[in-house]
Amino acid sequence: MNRKADSSRDGSSQEFKPKIIAFVCNWCSGTGENLQEGTAKALKRNSPNVRIVNVMCSGRVTPGLVLKAFELGADGVMVCGCEKGACHYSFGNERQAEMFETSKKLANLIGLEPERLRLDWLSPDGGEGLRKVMTEFVKQVTHVGPSPLGKSGGIE
Amino acid sequence: MKDTVEAIKATSARLCLDCGKCTAVCPVSRVDGGFSPRRIVASAVSGDEEALKNEGLWHCLTCKLCSERCPSDVDYVDLTKIVRIDAYRGGEQAVCAHGSAFQLLMRIMTTPELKQKRLDWLTKDLKVSDKSDYLYFVGCLPFFDAFFEDLKANPVQIARSTVKILNAMGIEPIVLPDERCCGHDLLWAGDAKNFEMLAKHNLERLKATGAKKIVTSCPECAATLKLYYAEFAGDVPFEVYHLSELLGKSLASGQLKLRKNDKQVTFQDPCRLGRFLGVYDQPRNLLEALFGDGFKDMRRSRNASICCGTSGWIHCGIASKSIQTDRLKEARESGSTLLATACAKCKIHFMCAMKDVGFPEEAKIQVEDLAVLVASALEQ
Repeated sequence: MNRKADSSRDGSSQEFKPKIIAFVCNWCSGTGENLQEGTAKALKRNSPNVRIVNVMCSGRVTPGLVLKAFELGADGVMVCGCEKGACHYSFGNERQAEMFETSKKLANLIGLEPERLRLDWLSPDGGEGLRKVMTEFVKQVTHVGPSPLGKSGGIE
Repeated sequence: MKDTVEAIKATSARLCLDCGKCTAVCPVSRVDGGFSPRRIVASAVSGDEEALKNEGLWHCLTCKLCSERCPSDVDYVDLTKIVRIDAYRGGEQAVCAHGSAFQLLMRIMTTPELKQKRLDWLTKDLKVSDKSDYLYFVGCLPFFDAFFEDLKANPVQIARSTVKILNAMGIEPIVLPDERCCGHDLLWAGDAKNFEMLAKHNLERLKATGAKKIVTSCPECAATLKLYYAEFAGDVPFEVYHLSELLGKSLASGQLKLRKNDKQVTFQDPCRLGRFLGVYDQPRNLLEALFGDGFKDMRRSRNASICCGTSGWIHCGIASKSIQTDRLKEARESGSTLLATACAKCKIHFMCAMKDVGFPEEAKIQVEDLAVLVASALEQ
């Protein structure tokens, strides 16, 4: 089932490229209307591993959605929301901070490494912040290796 | 649909058409006029393909009160189980509560290689062993604990109490680090395929331990292992007990000594423990041993008991909240200040209902699991 992922782990084939789901808030990530064209291209080019799921508020991303991403074979899941006091819906990001704790605990119990989850607070900067944290996260998940849920052999 | 037609024959649901007692006693119908078990059966019996698309199919609590009252012995709940499996196969799904988190955890648990950290709740004072006749099937308590931290329902306390009680009885149970969810909620959501995978995994691991008696602190685990594993996954070569059944015996033999407490207490019969497994007396004996005359049943108790409002983490809504509020009022009307239950989910549901804005002050009551009550009254 996980042959390809395993071979990438022991280095016998090419490098393991993790599959990552990023739930990003429309307002702070730059993926909304104010994304600069250059940054959009850079995001795509630099992070082919990342599938971006645009949400209107990080408060939408329940532990259920995080688990769903893992169930479908993600090797890592990240959530990006607005910095404290900057949420467009007054407390969505605070709600996310609480829910993220739950997501982390559930992921830990089910046997997923803590490095597979990441939460970042961004401020609107045309996508630059998102690009930076994504690059870091891709590196981090590549280091941890394929998800034990075994459906992902990384991206093609 | 073919399975549904077979199921109608097997459960003699045809007899429903002239009656309707099920709808009269159904706790959901009482608060949600649109829901009628009889009407669902009527449309299923007529061979209407739309029957599987009826949303009401998922509103049923599967609490078995209707089956209890049915004069024709129709097993409506078993019919619901089969029709749900049929509907799920056809692409229908229940609306899952809590963003489907629990169903997803269960489906993730079907992965063969999984290094769960589900035993972190074991503290040093609790004794478990690798070889014993008894195995404690913990179930999803650690996951509930992580998810419902803000409710302060403290589900792992039930697990710790169970081991503490077993230790006091001289039993050092086996606990499985690679145990999976028993699959109860997937089965009742119609996902028979994943249920079967969980059941087969658990059976294999349980058999490998050599244990002869499986103890659970969750009535759903007990009922699923006892009633449905054989149907879906093969032979169950061990005895399955809910903790209260086991304690009943030790209490009678004097092996277990409990301190008396003077509180006014009443008991919520979990559907799986009561109507599914027929365990009514044992928890009551325990409560009488703990509280003496302070224990009093609610108006509707034993096989007439009302469900805690939702089942299998599906379809929690306004009807559930009304049922819960009603039930908690009833608990207070019995003169009690403490509501004992024997199922972690009953406790979670009631505590959640009490957190609602506008929940009536006069219906608030302390809710505690039987295992926790017994463990705190153990005489050393």
